[in-house]
Amino acid sequence: MSRRAVITGIGVVAPGGTGTKEFWSLLTSGRTATRTISLFDASAFRSRVAAEADFDPEAAGLTPQEIRRMDRAAQFAVVSAREAVADSGIDLDDIDPARLGVTLGSAVGATTALDAEYRVVSDGGRDWLVDHRYAVPHLHDYFVPSSFAREVAWAVGAQGPTAMVSTGCTSGLDAVGHAVELIREGSADVMVAGAGEAPISPITVACFDAIRATTPRNGDPEHASRPFDRTRDGFVLGEGAAVFVLEELEAARRRGAHVYAEIAGFASRSNAYHMTGLRPDGAEMAEAIRAALGEAGTAPDAVDYVNAHGSGTKQNDRHETAAFKRSLGAHAYEVPVSSIKSMIGHSLGAIGSLEVAASALAIEHGVVPPTANLHEPDPECDLDYTPLTARECQVDTVLSVGSGFGGFQSAMVLTRPDRRTA
Amino acid sequence: MTSTTLETPARAVAATDGRADGRADAAVFTGIGVAAPNGLGTEEWWRATLAGESGIGPVTRFDAAGYPARLAGEVPGFEPEERLPSRLLPQTDHMTRLALVAAEEALADAGADLAALDPHTAGVVTAASAGGFEFGQRELQALWSRGGQHVSAYQSFAWFYAVNTGQISIRHGLRGPSGVLVTEQAGGLDAVAQARRRLRRGAVLMVTGGVDGAICPWGWTAQLAGGRMSTASDPARAYLPFGAGARGHVPGEGGAVLILEAGAAARARGASVYGRLAGYAATFDPAPGRAGGPGLGRAAELALQEAGLEPSAVDAVFADAAGVPELDRIEAAALARVFGPRGVPVAVPKTMTGRLAAGGASLDLAAALLSIRDGVLPPAANLAEALPEYGIDLVTAARQARVRACLVLARGQGGFNAAAVVTSA
Repeated sequence: MSRRAVITGIGVVAPGGTGTKEFWSLLTSGRTATRTISLFDASAFRSRVAAEADFDPEAAGLTPQEIRRMDRAAQFAVVSAREAVADSGIDLDDIDPARLGVTLGSAVGATTALDAEYRVVSDGGRDWLVDHRYAVPHLHDYFVPSSFAREVAWAVGAQGPTAMVSTGCTSGLDAVGHAVELIREGSADVMVAGAGEAPISPITVACFDAIRATTPRNGDPEHASRPFDRTRDGFVLGEGAAVFVLEELEAARRRGAHVYAEIAGFASRSNAYHMTGLRPDGAEMAEAIRAALGEAGTAPDAVDYVNAHGSGTKQNDRHETAAFKRSLGAHAYEVPVSSIKSMIGHSLGAIGSLEVAASALAIEHGVVPPTANLHEPDPECDLDYTPLTARECQVDTVLSVGSGFGGFQSAMVLTRPDRRTA
Repeated sequence: MTSTTLETPARAVAATDGRADGRADAAVFTGIGVAAPNGLGTEEWWRATLAGESGIGPVTRFDAAGYPARLAGEVPGFEPEERLPSRLLPQTDHMTRLALVAAEEALADAGADLAALDPHTAGVVTAASAGGFEFGQRELQALWSRGGQHVSAYQSFAWFYAVNTGQISIRHGLRGPSGVLVTEQAGGLDAVAQARRRLRRGAVLMVTGGVDGAICPWGWTAQLAGGRMSTASDPARAYLPFGAGARGHVPGEGGAVLILEAGAAARARGASVYGRLAGYAATFDPAPGRAGGPGLGRAAELALQEAGLEPSAVDAVFADAAGVPELDRIEAAALARVFGPRGVPVAVPKTMTGRLAAGGASLDLAAALLSIRDGVLPPAANLAEALPEYGIDLVTAARQARVRACLVLARGQGGFNAAAVVTSA
């Protein structure tokens, strides 16, 4: 019998609250956590809206040394990893550390810490020859974001395969997909996997301003993230982390673990088209969806919920709608679709993992989270995007997709584990 | 896809059970592209490497006079305007330009007709460490000295870790599964292993490896903070792994892009094959204060197990060669554990390039493959001998030998270990 990978623990830091319970409560309420940027003075920028996490690292259990050395994104990831381990009920002392690995996703690494430290060593951008004497001791950790994976590995005591996965805005899906692969191939029995991102910094806001990717809807921040709505005008930057305990199914059953979902299929493709642009036909995302469904042995019409990328840019939402029609056929018009970015914004490399968490919780609770702020459907986006209000229904199979700068298109299929017998 | 995507469990578990990787799903190297401090282009680099010509010298990419470390391995004679379309120049960091040129060389070397492939079966997996840091420094300076409206429209992707994979896939129309791994210096092996996973799940051809570099004031400052850079001023004495005078490493830029193909497909098209990726493993060191020793030796053992090789069948090791005494000692102990004292020739061609971050181990893979091709092991520059207490057989002069199997080791700062075994096809 082939090895299967299941989610047995979930940990989340997200806009609207720290912890999985808070996260799910926000998503199912249809409330939004988008607001005027408070993490720094953003008054000079075109887009001044973000979904920020109200995160107190001390209250979240980090030690003073951890707080000092870690970028905010790494802090999110470590706090989420600890919650996931506690949630899974696994006793890490029972695991051979060589069989425990870590994969962590992030698109932009420690960009927030780097931005702040650059300002110091360059004396406010005055000098090209920056002054190394003003560097903080942990600057090298910010330089190489693999330090995030190291922090999580230290936090859980992993000595198996450990890596950071960085594929732009599909990092969060791809990191989980990578961990699943390591369990299936036998390189690890337990993986702590997920993604963290804290990109709300001047350089990140400036770079998205420069290509008008983020919304300028500054006067109405709570309603600024509007996926699939006719009036959408860009995404809202977010932050956060979601980390999972993934286990080989039989081992999880033997210890009587609660299983949220099996990750039954995963695939990625590249559009080989443009670093930031998307082909209107959605061909590569459709191909990734087909491959993921094929691996899961799931027919398109068995999908009960599609957790969309739904970033709220003009091109993304059309691209994605085309991809769903291309891959799911007539079922694309029947199945509920939604974008949680309408509530928690787009946290770049982390969002894929946050969306996997939402997908697993949809199976767990039989609830599809809504797309907030969807009042005027775009005629070119003509599917059922679950507007405004969460929907209770039986959810056994979820398709979650992501799309990222660099051309990355990823798709993952999660299933209720007892639905599939080996 | 269904028939090819799922690995059979027996083969999957063989990865750790020690059974040999079946030839049926062999992943073979069919193309090499190199941008290295001692040579741009595979054959120029390999000639220089066998001749013991070092590419380490004073930093020229910025004025390093005010910094405690002033030596680097810079790729010589690289004129981006001559090698790349002009539209790519404003949107690429120096290391991405090097990667694009190396990828072009590797694909040409492989001679595969990409147009004849289903484009969804050809992908890219590269390693990264810090992204396009020089590009990033320029945009940070624009932001803080002139304001946000002066930040480049390319900043959103030109510096980030996924940039080389994205740019290579776009330039060559590769629409298959792609990826990016960041494990500092271990990434040059981890990415290649990830490419092999893609082949096992149905891809036919993968462009992989790593090309890296952050030789700019901001990158220099960050690397200095890492505490492992050599501050010696004599290029011949600055990076002496396993030597009595080891005092840290010299950073370099560049690396190698490799074409990895499904064995059956490569055979079917009559490709010329450099060798096979026969084994691989990754491990992580225990956290400070936790039980257990460093994981490098375990990675080597697991990779050999997967390859189905006894240590005695390995003809050479390409060492990680940190150049920091404590780390050299750990690697020497791992080698002694696996091979016995002076049990295997140890090649350290990176003495001629410096450490290339995510590019280093990929370049070592290229060196291992060419050692197999030519029956010769490259020398270590500037090293007359290893410290006797390490008990390693350091290759200090080019050595003719029958080379059929090489073990390549790599460590990423923070505790990442990777090992790969390449064998003659």
